[in-house]
Amino acid sequence: MAKVLVYIEHAHGKLLKSSLVAVSAGLAASKKNGGDVAALVLGAGVDAIASEVAGYGVKQVLSVDDARLKDYVADVYAKAVAVVAKAQGATTVVAAATAQGKDFLPRAAQLLDAGMASDVTAFNEDGTITRPTYAGNVLATVTVEAPVSVVSVRTTAYEPAQKAGAAAGVEKVALPPEVTSKMRFVSFAETKSDRPALGDASIVVSGGRGLKSGENFTTYLEPLVDVLGAAMGASRAAVDAGFVPNDLQVGQTGKVVAPQLYIAVGISGAIQHLAGMKDSKVIVAVNKDPDAPIYSVADYGLVADLFKAVPEMTDEVQKLKAS
Amino acid sequence: MKILVPIKRVPDPQTNISVKADGTGIVTDNVKFVINPFCEIALEEALRIKEQQGGAEVVLVSIGQKVTQEQLRTGLAMGADRAILVLSDDELDAATTAALLAKLVDQEKPELVLAGKQAIDDDANQTGQILAAMLDWPQATFASKVEFSGDKKDVTVTREVDGGLETVAFTLPGVITTDLRLNEPRYASLPGIMKARKKELKEIPLAELGVDPKPRVKTHKLSPPPKRAAGRKVETVQELVNLLHTEAKLI
Repeated sequence: MAKVLVYIEHAHGKLLKSSLVAVSAGLAASKKNGGDVAALVLGAGVDAIASEVAGYGVKQVLSVDDARLKDYVADVYAKAVAVVAKAQGATTVVAAATAQGKDFLPRAAQLLDAGMASDVTAFNEDGTITRPTYAGNVLATVTVEAPVSVVSVRTTAYEPAQKAGAAAGVEKVALPPEVTSKMRFVSFAETKSDRPALGDASIVVSGGRGLKSGENFTTYLEPLVDVLGAAMGASRAAVDAGFVPNDLQVGQTGKVVAPQLYIAVGISGAIQHLAGMKDSKVIVAVNKDPDAPIYSVADYGLVADLFKAVPEMTDEVQKLKAS
Repeated sequence: MKILVPIKRVPDPQTNISVKADGTGIVTDNVKFVINPFCEIALEEALRIKEQQGGAEVVLVSIGQKVTQEQLRTGLAMGADRAILVLSDDELDAATTAALLAKLVDQEKPELVLAGKQAIDDDANQTGQILAAMLDWPQATFASKVEFSGDKKDVTVTREVDGGLETVAFTLPGVITTDLRLNEPRYASLPGIMKARKKELKEIPLAELGVDPKPRVKTHKLSPPPKRAAGRKVETVQELVNLLHTEAKLI
């Protein structure tokens, strides 16, 4: 029988929100194509994660608890997912399009001779799949022409699954001895920042060339970022001018973000930047040029000198939070 | 060390992309084509490895129409040693592309395949990983730093992942895909451009590689994304913050 397998990512002993988005997507896929939804948890010492995810509306939880899965490495994780998917006769395998999902899922797809659709935003009524291409400038309607479909889901595409009904049973699955790795996990250096990561922040404040210098990012933009509890981003122009490091870049060649609120400060709105943020729920633009292309995607536009407007905004938000 | 660098011809990221009315593709009139930015970073890294190690050979590969010669010549001008163009008129999916690259790996026997993490046209982010699976090679995607051991047999790669940097190591051969921060690609120099004209650019018809180009993922239609509803201009900061509080309910 057809079966949808949802890969559950976790970190530091916690179930990730993106995994619950994957569960929602798995449930949506099963509604369209039939088949029960099973959650798959991999790792060493993952009983707590397995029983937690059991409460989110899945039919079954499969847990592979094995020392070989202690640290994430792509080849072993891909093999483990493929082994379980084959044993279960899964016809659809879903994971969130996080760094980890993007890393091992295509590899698992190959081991299953599956077709894979990346960064999917919708399972459609007619059985097709929608995925953004050209950094969101074009939507592609695709079908998987292989017996097994592997799908990575954009983490903003579905609402995270809610707790539902009785918890599903957890079944332990053994990993066969031939699952070995040619890779060695060395270390993980967590980015030390009190700010949320660009990819999963609900508010992003980005600065552009209008900020004029790196110091101005610190003086003007960062207080607003912090009072909003936001992540900080930047346009490619600001990165190329050396104001801020490249990992802050939002755009076609940087990070693609879709927060609840995106505030673009001193950003004119070059195509490649718009491509990286125009799926945000609400967009605010602050720019002194009334004709800047950023206004074509902005829900609220303020034409103003950012060096006056931004500190004022910081004050206003502070007042609001204090009240 | 021999390094195979696959590159893809894509529309310039600065170009405004529009979809053809019948949804069969994008409008390519007056569109400039370039090497995919992530592939360019892969090529730059290969050239730096060659410069550091001496004696490395950098072989460029692309799959596409004859016009893809342009991007391969640019890559040769940047410093690659030779190039292979697999001729195909069709858009190929990641699995087919990886299968063709696997055939070339069998022929060329590189120690390393250094590729971009994704092409900015189809945004699949799959080819390197599928290739690694086909070859049963280790992989390190989204590389921001690549370091070799003294004997050049092992490589340690720092990867850009969610929330930080992860480091993995493996013994070659392997596949590495590049992220933005790995390096800043060079421009082709004038002498480089002159030299590139004399470098080998071998063309292979797709059929010769014995790969069935039947796609596992079929694209039926392209369409423009829904347009955002027109926004409005606000006059003051107070008004803006108020609207975000009361109307959008986000602050």
